Amino acid sequence: MLTSFDKALLNIVQTDLPLAQRPFAELAARLDTEEAIVLERLRYLKDNDYIRRIGPFFDSNKLGYTGTLVAVKVEPEKLADVARFINDYPGVTHNYEREGEFNLWFALLTPDLGLQEQILASIRERQGVQKMLNLPATKKYKVSVQFKLE
Amino acid sequence: MLDSLDKKIISALQGDFPLTEEPYRALADSLQISEDELLKRLQKYKSNGQMRKLGAVLKHREVGYAANALCAWTVPDERQEEIGKIMIDHPAVTHCYGRHAPPDWPYNFYTMIHAHNREACCAIAAELAQNTRIPECIMLFSTKEWKKTSMRYFQEEEEN
Repeated sequence: MLTSFDKALLNIVQTDLPLAQRPFAELAARLDTEEAIVLERLRYLKDNDYIRRIGPFFDSNKLGYTGTLVAVKVEPEKLADVARFINDYPGVTHNYEREGEFNLWFALLTPDLGLQEQILASIRERQGVQKMLNLPATKKYKVSVQFKLE
Repeated sequence: MLDSLDKKIISALQGDFPLTEEPYRALADSLQISEDELLKRLQKYKSNGQMRKLGAVLKHREVGYAANALCAWTVPDERQEEIGKIMIDHPAVTHCYGRHAPPDWPYNFYTMIHAHNREACCAIAAELAQNTRIPECIMLFSTKEWKKTSMRYFQEEEEN
């Protein structure tokens, strides 16, 4: 269970890890506690899977990468096989089974469009794949995955 | 433009962030650069928008946000900007994109909604439909997470 201190810490550390020599001491000062306690709780929260990752998150387009969202209609009995095949590409960052006709949705990042086309062609040929929709972004309005914990 | 040190730094920072008193010093040591150089470069990525966030990403299910729905909308081109602004104002909307739709697929606008449960997701989608005055979306609830990971950029540079 998360304590109220954990929630306060997670709310801050989600948005703002200081760029400073002692970032956790700065967080501790804001939370009116000790650096060692912040570090201990963060290790606990990471080890117990509340925190997926700490660090910098980059804007893939601004690093020169090309992204897309792809919807796949897969025969139900082949779904696990196709999902694992898709997962094996390092540029696949998200892959979710979803309700609806298109039952698998994945996000793909590649250094260029050529590689994206090559990967999509291989997936399209995989046994069990019935239909595929390539839905590249025309405009990004928001990416901000922050959860306010109360 | 990114130079080879930028790529090396970005690649190295996709790994585990040290939970130690001086994490940037540890990272700088492993990159064989000074802490000052690393902090300067990170500051640069932050101010030019290449880095959109420095901090923690939570496992949403573990912290109580058990439901997520990808909502697909049909938005006329001329209303996309206006509707984008309304959608992103809602705190439950974590991702919002206009997308190119193939000919036999009517949905060209996508929002990801996270909430504590399915009912709450539906209520938020209904609220968004009302606020934007566009017909309701299709809601694609996730039933299984096969993969969710952070991109590891410039791995090829690291190997060279």
